[in-house]
Amino acid sequence: MKYTFEMIVLGLGAFLALVGAGFAQDRLFGAHMWVLFFVLLGGTVVLLQRMEFRPAVAGAAPPRSEYFDEVVKYGVIATVFWGVVGFLVGVVVALQLAFPDLNIEPWFNFGRMRPLHTSAVIFAFGGNALIATSFYVVQRTSRARLFGGNLGWFVFWGYQLFIVLAATGYLLGITQSREYAEPEWYVDLWLTIVWVAYLITFLGTILVRKEPHIYVANWFYLAFIVTIAMLHIVNNLAVPVSFLGSKSYSAFSGVQDALTQWWYGHNAVGFFLTAGFLAMMYYFIPKQVNRPIYSYRLSIIHFWALIFMYIWAGPHHLHYTALPDWAQTLGMVFSVMLWMPSWGGMINGLMTLSGAWDKVRTDPIVRMMVMAVAFYGMATFEGPMMSIKTVNSLSHYTDWTIGHVHSGALGWNGLITFGAIYYLVPKLWNRERLYSVRMVNWHFWLATLGIVVYAAVMWVAGIQQGLMWREYDDQGFLVYSFAESVAAMFPYYVLRAVGGGLFLAGALLMAFNVTMTILGRVRDEAPILGAAPAPQAAE
Amino acid sequence: MSILDKHAILERNATLLLVGSLLVVSVGGIVEIAPLFYLENTIEKVEGMRPYSPLELAGRNIYIREGCYVCHSQMIRPFRDEVERYGHYSLAAESMYDHPFQWGSKRTGPDLARVGDRYSNEWHVQHMIEPRSVVPESVMPSYAFLKETPLEVTNVAMNLRANRAVGVPYTDEMIDNAAQDLRAQADPNADTAGVEARYPKAKLGDFDGDAQRLTEMDALIAYLQMLGTLVDFSSYDDTTGYR
Amino acid sequence: METYTLMRHFADSWGLLAMTLFFLGVVAFIFRPGAKNAADQAASIPLKED
Repeated sequence: MKYTFEMIVLGLGAFLALVGAGFAQDRLFGAHMWVLFFVLLGGTVVLLQRMEFRPAVAGAAPPRSEYFDEVVKYGVIATVFWGVVGFLVGVVVALQLAFPDLNIEPWFNFGRMRPLHTSAVIFAFGGNALIATSFYVVQRTSRARLFGGNLGWFVFWGYQLFIVLAATGYLLGITQSREYAEPEWYVDLWLTIVWVAYLITFLGTILVRKEPHIYVANWFYLAFIVTIAMLHIVNNLAVPVSFLGSKSYSAFSGVQDALTQWWYGHNAVGFFLTAGFLAMMYYFIPKQVNRPIYSYRLSIIHFWALIFMYIWAGPHHLHYTALPDWAQTLGMVFSVMLWMPSWGGMINGLMTLSGAWDKVRTDPIVRMMVMAVAFYGMATFEGPMMSIKTVNSLSHYTDWTIGHVHSGALGWNGLITFGAIYYLVPKLWNRERLYSVRMVNWHFWLATLGIVVYAAVMWVAGIQQGLMWREYDDQGFLVYSFAESVAAMFPYYVLRAVGGGLFLAGALLMAFNVTMTILGRVRDEAPILGAAPAPQAAE
Repeated sequence: MSILDKHAILERNATLLLVGSLLVVSVGGIVEIAPLFYLENTIEKVEGMRPYSPLELAGRNIYIREGCYVCHSQMIRPFRDEVERYGHYSLAAESMYDHPFQWGSKRTGPDLARVGDRYSNEWHVQHMIEPRSVVPESVMPSYAFLKETPLEVTNVAMNLRANRAVGVPYTDEMIDNAAQDLRAQADPNADTAGVEARYPKAKLGDFDGDAQRLTEMDALIAYLQMLGTLVDFSSYDDTTGYR
Repeated sequence: METYTLMRHFADSWGLLAMTLFFLGVVAFIFRPGAKNAADQAASIPLKED
């Protein structure tokens, strides 16, 4: 019988959620358990429909293809879906800052929506992209089927459940207030289980590989998985008030808690958004331009230097706070040094195109990937600069930081993921090409323009904000009240929403293009100039 | 045999890679975070710090729930403009009982580390209900629902006990009286001698303008009104606190 | 204060030297002439098949 075990586990989970809702110690936990109950019940019903009561006939199993790609397909669809959701929420919160009447209390106030946006783009969009591409890449570069059979499905669906619980929790008001680690203790425990399963499938595939070498992309994926596990567990150490309640208290307090959180927070950037996405760079750029990576040996140094140094950079989020000076200085020094491995990696990615630079002009997917690496270079230059204490004294607490994050997140993580999706979709669904290559070009320009608007506006906004706060007049009085600096942000907040809107429009175009490709449609369109021999104009 | 040998080495390589990466990424955290727990000069010696009263703790949990930290910092840096704008720069000691810390990372709104005693309770209530009625430039959302939501008081003692488990020095007496203290602090007619003895400098009385009901607004304002008011800076010496 | 000063002195002298030497050692090891072939093989893995 198919799915019997899965259905029993799901049904049992739904029952436990119901019990949790019944005996909840606080309102929020009860509400969250009802959400969990209905999600699991829905899952059980879906499985019930798929269940077959015929006994399995030996030898009748469908022939297994070499690679386990079904879960990768789901992962790609989930990436596109959560991407659109996350960007949309981003535009909404941007508008809420410009027009506060758009806040709808209590569930859709900015304070609850902002974690929804950050988690949706980092963990739902980025996380699904990482899981899907890592499953794809590790199978190809190991020449082995994904280890653990249905464990891959557990990782995928378990991760979606984590996303749903985290997102609904934020809107209900369930949060630890640890930035980028807001979910409460029980959701954290669930993610830990899913993550261990992820590590087993990934490491297992490497262990059964038929290729003598472990390709460098897998190193980055592996370091990302292991380090996130370490960070997640230590940062979320907490004592729950009740095992049937949503509230917990962090194991650490004050200054220790702050550094633990930013040790986590900065390495969510360093390992989730950098190491994992560098793995994508190291596989998909060589594939799309059909050339090996520029210097494999540089990539090895890049790997060790990057993972060693990133972990130290956390204290630069706490410059001039009550964190001891020695820790701030260490954080600053390592952040500045981090510039070197980051640019080593950027150069390695860009130089892979040497001898094939024409592809930037003729292939919009390559152009997207190159722009992603370029934004990686810009963000990893800006970051070390902002970690210098004097610069930070101005930039900290302002929108400059927000701009910096977005040039990295939209430019680097966004564009490299879009490039990988455009590469993967025709391959996974056996299509000759995408529905429309010209739409990729449109997506590229919408996204790039959106990022440039966003980043430029936030630079101006942040620097102006920082300067207004510290401006003195001749008599030695502060010139501006805080409220005046808020009012001055209005035009920038509107423009920022425009930049985000452009980026969202590009993502919608991608969603359409990917959907049509999956449906097997091909748009009748002229090829990109230069991709095919261009007709020569008559003299 | 030789093939098996080779395979074993390869397997070890992947495991080695795993262990090696884990070791390499552990160094930074150990060197930076671990000393904060035992270097005795990390947290300054100050007078006046005490655990949160049950009502303040409940208010703090609402502050966290609503994501206030997303726009408001509670960490004044030692710059002339910040000290003039917000008050004495923040000390590590002032957040020593904060599980979790609320230093924040962004000032869409002003710093709140010393907002206590700055505005009246009435101002806070009005500001929460309709922020732009008192600060026209504000982009803060409305939190009118807090005044309509009764404060959940089912497991006050359990909250204190969980805090004690992570190191906050709540005494048995504080835990035994938790539920009572929570109500007494916001009730203008209650006997507050116990609250005052257990939680010196605690703000007393009705906070939300409705003495009949204990609402989430009461708790949040009780928390805001004590922020940054505990440490006695007349007895604090800057030079000994320097790290 | 004593542990702090002690660690600080170690960090900016022998600790720094050890880390620098270790880093240079790693770079030298990776770029040793014998490693070129292995690196080239590994680099070609993604291009071998789909």
